[in-house]
Amino acid sequence: MLANLSLIASRTVSHLLLAIPAILLSFLLALPLGWFANRYRWSRATLLTAAGLLYAIPSLPLFVVLPTILGVGVRDRINVIVALTLYGLALMVRSAADALASVGTPVRLSSTAMGYGGGSRFFQVELPLAGPVLLAGLRVVSVSTISLVTVSSLLGVDNLGLLFVDGFQRGIMAEVVTGIVATVVLALAVDGLLVLAGRLMMPWARVRR
Amino acid sequence: MKTRIAAVLAAAVLALSACSSANPMGSASTAPSGSASASGGTALVIGSQQYYSNEIIAELYAQALEAKGFTITRQYQIGQREVYLPELQAGKIDLFPEYSGNLLQYLDKSATAKTGEEVLAALPAALGSSLRPLTAAAATDQDSYNVTKANADKYGLASIPDLSKVGAGLTVCANSELAKRPYGPPGLKSEYGLDVEVIPVEDSGGPLTVKALKDGDCLTADIYSADPSIAANGLVTLSDPKSLILPQNVVPIASAKVNEQAASVIDKVSGSLTTADLVSLNALSVDQQQSSAVIAKGWLTSKGLLS
Amino acid sequence: MNYFVEAFAWISDNLYGSNGVLARTWEHLWYTVVSVVLASVVAIPLGYLVGHTRRGRGLVVASSGAARALPTLGVVTLFGLIFGIGLLAPLVALVLLAIPSVLAGAYAGIEAIDPRTVDAARAMGMSEWQILARVEVPLGLPLLLGGLRSASLQVVATATLAAYVGAGGLGRFLFLGLKTQDYPQMLASALLVMALAVIVEGAFEIAERVAARRLHTT
Repeated sequence: MLANLSLIASRTVSHLLLAIPAILLSFLLALPLGWFANRYRWSRATLLTAAGLLYAIPSLPLFVVLPTILGVGVRDRINVIVALTLYGLALMVRSAADALASVGTPVRLSSTAMGYGGGSRFFQVELPLAGPVLLAGLRVVSVSTISLVTVSSLLGVDNLGLLFVDGFQRGIMAEVVTGIVATVVLALAVDGLLVLAGRLMMPWARVRR
Repeated sequence: MKTRIAAVLAAAVLALSACSSANPMGSASTAPSGSASASGGTALVIGSQQYYSNEIIAELYAQALEAKGFTITRQYQIGQREVYLPELQAGKIDLFPEYSGNLLQYLDKSATAKTGEEVLAALPAALGSSLRPLTAAAATDQDSYNVTKANADKYGLASIPDLSKVGAGLTVCANSELAKRPYGPPGLKSEYGLDVEVIPVEDSGGPLTVKALKDGDCLTADIYSADPSIAANGLVTLSDPKSLILPQNVVPIASAKVNEQAASVIDKVSGSLTTADLVSLNALSVDQQQSSAVIAKGWLTSKGLLS
Repeated sequence: MNYFVEAFAWISDNLYGSNGVLARTWEHLWYTVVSVVLASVVAIPLGYLVGHTRRGRGLVVASSGAARALPTLGVVTLFGLIFGIGLLAPLVALVLLAIPSVLAGAYAGIEAIDPRTVDAARAMGMSEWQILARVEVPLGLPLLLGGLRSASLQVVATATLAAYVGAGGLGRFLFLGLKTQDYPQMLASALLVMALAVIVEGAFEIAERVAARRLHTT
């Protein structure tokens, strides 16, 4: 395994280049959707059911069908990132909706009374307060996305999943195990970074305990 | 609070940009075909299938070309023909080791070629104007139906038609696409009158397929002829009297960017590659777990092709 | 858009037979049920233990997070190499996939109960087992059902990987369609999996409503 360290490293970088944009995009896109679901209650059930359905789409067909819609190659980075974003979005919308809902009307009303307008109220009051729940959702999305990237290796996209596919064909169990371990370690590392970022950005959230 | 967010975001952006500039692997979306230098240039992209043996062959070409001063970008482990052939035709990939029979059948479903020479003769027309086959190697690697020695002795199996002696319930462990291939169940039915069911195992005749065969989960298995596991496990390859399975010579497919100099380097490699060589190279990969780069270097050096 | 029409046509053409849509869908559903049940056998008692005793939570949460990070394709190929072709390898992978959600549902359900309710039960003289069985399990049911629902959905979506190592399920159509560039077949398998997901969602929705009504905790 040590001999292949550079291979693992380059696959890891490729893996991250696919996962991170998707995670960020899911988060950024889920916020307005979650806000919408929260503000207009009638849309909540529909949006959440749609999200559930989206998550149920098996990943491999999505990776193959998207290119015909997007007009890019199957192995193109953009194809994989869009597919991953859709899954991340499906998971994150519910979190975002729940997170913003947890802020509560009293807080919203009092902040309006204090003079916060719509936009600044969202960014300076609701978003920070929804932070911890949003972070929890983001952590689930990041772990799930990093794990899901590996499926695209069946199509030849460069990522840690290629280690399973190659190890499988050649019967080298160590390679498969390395692929699995590397993916898990990567997911846990990113998760740790998110927790760290959360603590830095929301120091008040720790006081609750 | 705002300064904190800004600080974290700035750190993240810095980290990400460092990552992306350090990324050594080219991706499919950034096609390095670059400037349109008329002579074809010294930078080429070599691809391979998602099959370790094919990757070894691609690496042989890659290193031989690099020794002669070419700059090679590698795009290995691409899924299947439907994915890489369009990229080849679009000029995103310049060289690809292929297998003559399967390629012909894929490009021209109605092809009637039967022998190795006929297949190679029919290829240029099937490939069209943007691609051309270079000299084929003597090495072949084709699908083959294999049974365990025990079963071969028990039922007296030496060729595919002998399978009728076993009776009903014939099974073959193979990649799922065999079910649709002309040399799969459809061909077995029309040429030999056999009803065979495919049990899909997606490891291209690899260890799982071999294990299934030995465990008795299937009667036959589709294992590529250059796979060292056939000899290693004492498997019996059934002969194919009606040439249902087309011969598969290793033949590199080149785009217009591959100039005469590159072609001659590639041809020299192909010219030295025999089936026995391919089997031993595969064995190094599977048994010694060596990487394709190491295997390629060893073989090229032994043949004096790296100087 | 044309593909959708072709996909439906493909489905209606291939309904019957041992390799047909109905047979494979049933297999797929069966794999899902078995995986979630097996996962529950491990996860529910463990979750109740953690939730009730309030001990071991950190360890359970951490290993649960690690299990969630396991790439299912990797696990299927690994166990495939160990166990050979057939259902065993994917089953292990699917059970591992399902455990985190069920576990979380189990302990979250109990943790969400107002501690005063539990104290009151203790004051009434109930033993720890009785508290668990008569108070915590029923009150924790909604969140447990939520966990089971989430697990089932994940398994339905992922059980397609069973076909990678020679087992059955809707993944058969997926891989065959993928390897032969048969878009209608591939799309059909995706649609069937989604339909199955909708049915599973619906079943759990009903189950959750029934549970809520019986516990008067809507």
